[in-house]
Amino acid sequence: MGSTERGYLSDREAEAFAELFSAQRAGFGGEGLGRRALLGGGALLGAGLMATPLAARAAEQPAAEITVDQARTAPIPIVIPSFGAGVGDQITGVLTEDLSNTGLFKVISGSTGTGTPDFGPYKAMGARAAVTGAVTGAGSLRVEFRLWDVLTGQQIQGTAYTTSAANWRRIAHIIGDVIYQRMLGEKGYFDTRIGFVSRSGGSRNPRMRLAIMDQDGANYRVLSSGQTKLPAFNPVRDQIAFLSYATATPRVYVFDLSTGRQRILTEFNGVPLGPHFSPDGGTVIVPVARGSGSELVAVELGSGAKRQLTNSGGAINVSPSFSPDGSQIVFNSDRGGSPALYVMSASGGAARRISYGNGSYGDSVWSPRGDLIAFTRISGGQFSLGVMNPDGTGERIMTQGYTVESPTFCPNGRVLAFCRRTGGASSRDTIGTIDITGFHERVIPTPEGGSSPTWSPLNV
Amino acid sequence: MRLKFIGALGVAALLAACSNDQANTGAATGAGAAVQPSGPVPGSEADLVANVGDRVFFDLNQNSLSADAKATLDKQADWLAKYPQVSVQIAGNCDDRGTEEYNLALGQRRANAARDYLTAKGTAGARLSTISYGKDRPTATGDGEDAWAQNRNAITAVQ
Repeated sequence: MGSTERGYLSDREAEAFAELFSAQRAGFGGEGLGRRALLGGGALLGAGLMATPLAARAAEQPAAEITVDQARTAPIPIVIPSFGAGVGDQITGVLTEDLSNTGLFKVISGSTGTGTPDFGPYKAMGARAAVTGAVTGAGSLRVEFRLWDVLTGQQIQGTAYTTSAANWRRIAHIIGDVIYQRMLGEKGYFDTRIGFVSRSGGSRNPRMRLAIMDQDGANYRVLSSGQTKLPAFNPVRDQIAFLSYATATPRVYVFDLSTGRQRILTEFNGVPLGPHFSPDGGTVIVPVARGSGSELVAVELGSGAKRQLTNSGGAINVSPSFSPDGSQIVFNSDRGGSPALYVMSASGGAARRISYGNGSYGDSVWSPRGDLIAFTRISGGQFSLGVMNPDGTGERIMTQGYTVESPTFCPNGRVLAFCRRTGGASSRDTIGTIDITGFHERVIPTPEGGSSPTWSPLNV
Repeated sequence: MRLKFIGALGVAALLAACSNDQANTGAATGAGAAVQPSGPVPGSEADLVANVGDRVFFDLNQNSLSADAKATLDKQADWLAKYPQVSVQIAGNCDDRGTEEYNLALGQRRANAARDYLTAKGTAGARLSTISYGKDRPTATGDGEDAWAQNRNAITAVQ
């Protein structure tokens, strides 16, 4: 086995694997690890997954450091050949789509091969990196993957993944995340899911069910049949909180994806609106409507203890979102007249207004990178999706339309998912993604209409 | 102009009352189905819709009750006094020119405004429940001011 000083896995993978993977992992000390279903009784991904470092065919080297900003200007040319017929090709397809969709990579297809590539032709076509891969097995797959630096001819990473065939898409996403991180120095976001409201039955009284899918739209699954609004992924646990209209009284539920069980978060003195998690996943802020306004109430997930954060005498306070360090909260309020964005301490108290443009602002969401706040702006009957600095400067609109709303950041803060509604009698809701620069907007295919997306943390 | 507008809303209200999910039946069919030869049963939902008015309308981003809205609610209060066994739910709705969560709060604000008015007029609070559907239950599906104006409402429904 390879015995270089450096680990073959990213920190994230190492953590994930330590928690998850079954059986024994050669080369990793062989600790026995319990097998665990990944999602709701194993319906989506039922089997464990194992990663093994591959011997380096050449001295391993740190990845070339290219920043995301640089890659936006000049996408990284990377050769991704077929991993072989059948599932190999499928993995290549998903991997290619993941990387291409970022706009940060320019994927070049190549010939099949598992040995050390012939770098000459790759250099000639301007490739910066190359991948080799192969799939063996049928019911249980072994996917070997190596990432190469074309200029030096050295291996950047080599890993073999062993899993059940049903997990092939996850392998592709995990490999994509490894490439993203090794080439760009930031964690990727391909091995993630998006919770959302799946809408059907027309726009007058739609059926609105809690659903989940992979970030690319695959593995769509309805989780709950009751009327659902405003789902929110726990940023650290496999859990979604949501507002349920399944019964006469709206309630906030917490749904555990691993068990498929849900429970009522707590009862409120008033009508709860959408749940919003703290970065550590331990607190949920719920706006509670009462009288003419709604106040933000923080609920400890474990104890159920409640603390009211705002007291604005009849104003609406909604869409709270914590800064990633947990110290501040951005939220949406009409306390100054029209709906605007405000920032206050996470313990509540005085708030300062940060949005000053024409029209109304809403849907405040703090980027997990901390550098930006995404929002919806409504002006002149049109919606815009934008970002601004946490102090309110640098407002920038990414996309517009009849309705574009409900932004949610991917875990590394580089991409937003959101809902677009066409409006009118044949109105349709779709979930799209867009780079925070405003480029690379695309629609995620869903079987029904989709709204209120909430991006998961990286899968574990 | 004002009367014409209200008339159109009346048809819309009938449509909403007689069809649940599939609201796109023709106006003639819908109205025909709702109006029974003998007229609505007194104290029923249909009675409320036909003879009292089941909804009040709001201006953009507002929850203040206009003179028209108060007149409708006055009639609702009288009607509720006449049928003391009836409980109603007031649903607050919004146009789709606001965000999902803000509109849920705004719809609740509107429903509460209508409830508070009815309570002040003597209806027992226990007979009045409220709910907000935000922008999820539009009466009209258009994408202009005409539709938006119809969708900014509080609708009283017999439970």
